[in-house]
Amino acid sequence: MAEPSLPILDIRNVAKTFTVQGRTITALKGADLAVRRGEFICLLGASGCGKSTLLRIVAGFEAATSGEALMWGNPIVGPDPSRGMVFQDYGLFPWLTVRDNIGFGPKSRGRPAPEIRDTVARYIDLVGLGAFADAHPHQLSGGMKQRVAIARVLANEAEVVLMDEPFGALDAMTRERLQDELLDLWSRTGLTVLFVTHAIEEAIFLADRVVVMSPSPGRIDAVHTIDLARRRDVSSPAFNDVRRMLSAQLHSHHGRVAA
Amino acid sequence: MSAAPLAGATAATVATEAPPRAPWRLTRLREAALAVAIPVALAVVWHLLTAGKPYSLIPPPAEVWTALVDLAVGGINDDAFSGTLLVHLGASLSRVFGGFALAVILAVPLGLLIGRVPLMRQLLDPTFQILRPVPVTAWLPLAMILFGLGPRSAYFLVFLGAFYPILVNTIFGVRSVEPRLFEAAAMLGCRGSAQFARVVLPAALPSIFTGLRLGLGFAWVVIVVGEMTGVQTGLGAIIMEARQLSRTEIVICGMVVIGIAGFLSDRVVMLIGRRLLAWSPSHG
Repeated sequence: MAEPSLPILDIRNVAKTFTVQGRTITALKGADLAVRRGEFICLLGASGCGKSTLLRIVAGFEAATSGEALMWGNPIVGPDPSRGMVFQDYGLFPWLTVRDNIGFGPKSRGRPAPEIRDTVARYIDLVGLGAFADAHPHQLSGGMKQRVAIARVLANEAEVVLMDEPFGALDAMTRERLQDELLDLWSRTGLTVLFVTHAIEEAIFLADRVVVMSPSPGRIDAVHTIDLARRRDVSSPAFNDVRRMLSAQLHSHHGRVAA
Repeated sequence: MSAAPLAGATAATVATEAPPRAPWRLTRLREAALAVAIPVALAVVWHLLTAGKPYSLIPPPAEVWTALVDLAVGGINDDAFSGTLLVHLGASLSRVFGGFALAVILAVPLGLLIGRVPLMRQLLDPTFQILRPVPVTAWLPLAMILFGLGPRSAYFLVFLGAFYPILVNTIFGVRSVEPRLFEAAAMLGCRGSAQFARVVLPAALPSIFTGLRLGLGFAWVVIVVGEMTGVQTGLGAIIMEARQLSRTEIVICGMVVIGIAGFLSDRVVMLIGRRLLAWSPSHG
């Protein structure tokens, strides 16, 4: 059905404008990006660069004002289980246990109960939360909540995982552990990941390609392929070279942001 | 510089650890003693002001107690009121819980719709906002025309009393659901009207339970008005009848029984709520 060269996600000249109190604000302009299946893409930029807007358009939460976003060549018209979202503030259902949060998607799609049970058990193990299967979200740490959020999306057979600064609210140690776990999951499952961040190091550590974005109006400046071998050493000279290059590119826009 | 916060921390530690943890039984005893302190004090004042004064319009507590025992089991006064308490209590309970159940059945779904569907809000909310301030007492004549003399009017008035607190709190609960949860549900494959049962209702449940407790409270508050509709039985009915016969001790008996029944039924709803809302950090 899908020819091998067809990108899983194809963003074509996408723009998004909002009208706030009679003023039109361009959140995103002329965005072009084709993502191949299994790629790990980071959208990197300061606040206001439209990276979250782009992610939300791909998720189907918002419609593009012009241009189009395609998945396997078909227009994205709304949220769909094939594109799972991991939010910075988790978005877990507080009245459901860890088990039932992970089972929410399969249950919504009418999967039979024994299958749901097996799926949930598998993904609880995958993210190492076996001891907390019957806990409620308010009893979990931030890192554990985010593991549940990731498991919930994977248990629902998402092909694309959209992550909106998912580790932004976590402490540094937890963040590093989850980055490692995410890469491990990604390499084992062949998922496609679109990951929004404003942290340069995080982007270089995770991504196959880093999409550098800049604000006012939000747009894509450049796309860099990161050729460093995995698992990447954040203190290596090669890593530092990439960091310096991306940093210079991001900061070249700062004067305009301040104005 | 560093001394001040340190001292503060020490004081806080002392404050939280200072009272030696009393055994559980003693804590409960202390709680019970504090709870009954004011009712006992009021009864003592009441007794001192009324006992042994033949011209007092308010009967002394001992006389009310005797009347209450007679009302419950008879054998003391042997009049029309003797031994009728269970009948009246049963009648009032059925009206309170009947009217309350009707209010729940209508107010919760309406509240979910008004809170979630803009068209329903625009269509229904203004009407309810105008009807809400109208006191239940004001509805009494109209209720008797619409539903006739008797229990049907009583049910209607109790229903009215319970309806608005449940409706308002359900709407509030739905409107305060984090929008993020609807996005999360949508991307997991739960969209449109399927979200009512799986997201809107559970997320609004803490607020709905607040509405249920208030609504049941109001159902008891309006029971006397509700039983001014010409019904023969009920705690409200005997209060009105005893008033016409100047049997003030019976009036007070009715007040006491309503108070206790209302308190106990609130406890039941609260306990059910605690079980259902164990997931919520602010409940359970």
